[in-house]
Amino acid sequence: MPEIAVQAEKLTKHYGEAIAVAGISFAIEAGSITGLLGGNGAGKTTTIGMTMGLVTPTSGRVLIFGADMARDSHDVLHRINFESPYVDLPHRLTVRQNLRIFGMLYGIAKVGERIAQLAEDLDLGEFIDRPAGKLSAGQKTRVALAKALINEPDLLVLDEPTASLDPDTADWIRGHLERYRTRRNATIVLASHNMGEVERLCDRVLMMRRGEIVDDGSPNQLIARYGRQNLEEVFLDIARERRHAGEMAS
Amino acid sequence: MTAFAFSPRRVGAMILRHIYLLRSSWPRLFELVYWPAVQMFMWGFLQIGIAKYPGALAGTASTFLAAFLLWDILFRGQIGYSMSFLEEMWSRNMPNLMISPLRATEFVAALIAMSMVRLSIGLIPVTILAIFFFGFNLWSLGLALAAFFANLLFTSWAVGMFCSGLVLRHGLGAESLAWSLMFFFLPLTCVYYPVTTLPEWVQPLAWALPPTAVFEGMRALVIDHVFRGDLMLWALGLNALWLAAGAFSFQRLLGASKRSGSLLQIGE
Repeated sequence: MPEIAVQAEKLTKHYGEAIAVAGISFAIEAGSITGLLGGNGAGKTTTIGMTMGLVTPTSGRVLIFGADMARDSHDVLHRINFESPYVDLPHRLTVRQNLRIFGMLYGIAKVGERIAQLAEDLDLGEFIDRPAGKLSAGQKTRVALAKALINEPDLLVLDEPTASLDPDTADWIRGHLERYRTRRNATIVLASHNMGEVERLCDRVLMMRRGEIVDDGSPNQLIARYGRQNLEEVFLDIARERRHAGEMAS
Repeated sequence: MTAFAFSPRRVGAMILRHIYLLRSSWPRLFELVYWPAVQMFMWGFLQIGIAKYPGALAGTASTFLAAFLLWDILFRGQIGYSMSFLEEMWSRNMPNLMISPLRATEFVAALIAMSMVRLSIGLIPVTILAIFFFGFNLWSLGLALAAFFANLLFTSWAVGMFCSGLVLRHGLGAESLAWSLMFFFLPLTCVYYPVTTLPEWVQPLAWALPPTAVFEGMRALVIDHVFRGDLMLWALGLNALWLAAGAFSFQRLLGASKRSGSLLQIGE
């Protein structure tokens, strides 16, 4: 039986009267890439926040590699990492200084060697001693990814990893993520609005709308289920609350 | 077992992060010295001016510089703590820290260490300037200074923890509290005048604030040349309560920020 990396059980989050996440349950197998798809306000970021322990669920729970994130998060935090365009690294510190600090926080034994390896893998050499705040969007994304990979996480959570990147850089990042997953058998959870990215990377997609998971399957399964040509059309069907082909036939 | 794990290396990482920041920014370093120096000169000249008039006022004025320097330890200790915390909020780095193995206790330990680093950078040059320009040597207070210093720092950290928790819970909109909250205590802690100056009904409130005992102790030392150990013990006991309350409020406000989702929405 495959190991379960992330297990959400009746996960619910209310902000006052508003329901951000409405009792969702899912399990993500270790070594898979899973996409969280949904329109704005669908509950993706809140779900990611609860997965990472940044948001406390109103009810339900998240287990990461068996550890309850509300109680035992420190048992697994060294095995997790996270990247989001809404989170930054200290701007005045150089890339190398930032990576050194996070290397120390994650207990990396030979931080210098790990930084050199990341610099080579992610092509950071040209700007590694430049302040993080003075980099281009593409360079910042590579640095954020380097920070997210500093501890070689078993679970990597990415919120819009290629937002605001040009197609070439975005493609390069996707290639790197694919290689990382293969090399480490890592689990990747990805929230994205880029359907091409999700189709290329994800083994499985959880479609969210108004805090609920409204569909679940591989990109090809979803495309076939809705009788569409690509995932973008499926996304539009779900966002506009159109039913899939099977439901319409019955 | 892991619930009580404490990693000096992670504390060191956070201290290093702020050392890198200070090294990279001369305006930040300059600001640490600038305000204490300006105020020290103002109080120093005022003390000289008032001392020219005979009578009780001249005696009280002799404590102005000591009072100012001790108040600055209290104020800069809290600002040093809060500024290091706010740097994480300004740089939108807090979620990165919160999902790392860094524990709240380690984070607080690093902020405490940085408050001492920032305070030392600001205050040591100013105390030397006070000797040079006004002949006032704060260091000559010896062991009494150590007791004053420790008690004032304990209070500053307790207030710093509370302010940081408020900013975590309410976002950078609560930032101004980090700058201004300590000034609420300025009139009540009787920095420049004896507690008996206050209306009788306010005095019990003043005595519930640990710095009040420190400033009363300072006046006893400078004016009457008496070290009041009883006042220092009173301050120490109160500080134990204040630190516990500060740590408790920080934990509760951190929990509240996770419940409200504000950690994901760092900003105004």
